Amino acid sequence: MPVSPDSSRILIVMPAFNEQASVAAVVREVREKVPDASILVVDDGSKDATSREARKAGALVATLPFNLGVGGAMRVGFRHALTHGFEAVVQVDSDGQHDPAGVPALLRELESADLVLGARFAGEGDYRVRGPRQWAMKLLAIVLSRTSRAKLTDTTSGFRASGPRAIRLFAEHYPAEYLGDTIEALVIASRSGLIVRQVPVAMRVRAGGVPSHNPFKAAAYLGRATLALLVAFMRPRSTYGVAVER
Amino acid sequence: MTLTSYIFGIASALLILVVVVEMLRRHLLRERHAIWWFIAGVLALTAGVFPQTLEWASDVIGIEVPLNLVFFVSITILFFVCLQASAELTRLEARTRTLAERVALIEMELESQRERSTDDAD
Repeated sequence: MPVSPDSSRILIVMPAFNEQASVAAVVREVREKVPDASILVVDDGSKDATSREARKAGALVATLPFNLGVGGAMRVGFRHALTHGFEAVVQVDSDGQHDPAGVPALLRELESADLVLGARFAGEGDYRVRGPRQWAMKLLAIVLSRTSRAKLTDTTSGFRASGPRAIRLFAEHYPAEYLGDTIEALVIASRSGLIVRQVPVAMRVRAGGVPSHNPFKAAAYLGRATLALLVAFMRPRSTYGVAVER
Repeated sequence: MTLTSYIFGIASALLILVVVVEMLRRHLLRERHAIWWFIAGVLALTAGVFPQTLEWASDVIGIEVPLNLVFFVSITILFFVCLQASAELTRLEARTRTLAERVALIEMELESQRERSTDDAD
């Protein structure tokens, strides 16, 4: 089932946790750059006016009663997409670090794949990391590239598009654990036989806050990433035995 | 062993059993959680009433000081109870998560229905 880039059966899912400052602007920008798509903001138990701001900007808003993390918020999006027959789900962060201009590129690649990652290091943009965080990303890139039989350089990118088969799988099995939503989701997809691809996208500096360069935090990140990876591979294959085949 | 310590051992074991059974009766404890505590109580009572069983059992396994068998069995049981509690917690978390996700979707659906009906009324 090919997905054409200008199809109106595209759902942009924006997980948002305390993003009242940026969410409205991002929603408007997405509407401007991907006019046909429906926009669902999943308010992940925010304490501020995220839901109200998103609604005012014209997005559909699902409000979680408490914080579940990106994984939980995304599963709401996938489930919504599944019930309403959307053919593609594109995750866009509501802090503005993903440029919605990259969405058509993701959707174009989705015509021949089930899951497409927008990669930050593949040429475009000026996003850099160093130290243990970089080692973690290298390790993940090597292992996950092998698993998915595709060249992946930025496996923790949240900017990604899922096709119908991936939607069906993720509506049931999107991981909620920290880092699970990026790392384990890739393992699940690959082990279920989905086709994973990567396209380069430009990434902007986050509107609020900068990525941490604390070496201890970076080392902890490396440890948790490795653990998440190990656990993802140890899970019995039957865990994902859903109707991915069509 | 003095008579007092003999009675003390039996009384402690009985106390465990009474509390477990009473909590079961009042629905404060589910059967599958009570089972480990119940086993612990029965073992304690057996060892309390017939201390020879304890000596015999440690002799069979090859433990020189029977008291060490008591510690070993106690720790093992506590370990499994903790593990079971953690597993239960994991399951409950997964369930609340699913519920929260469903609630968010149902609320959104409800809101759009309500808007539609007020639009119709106008």
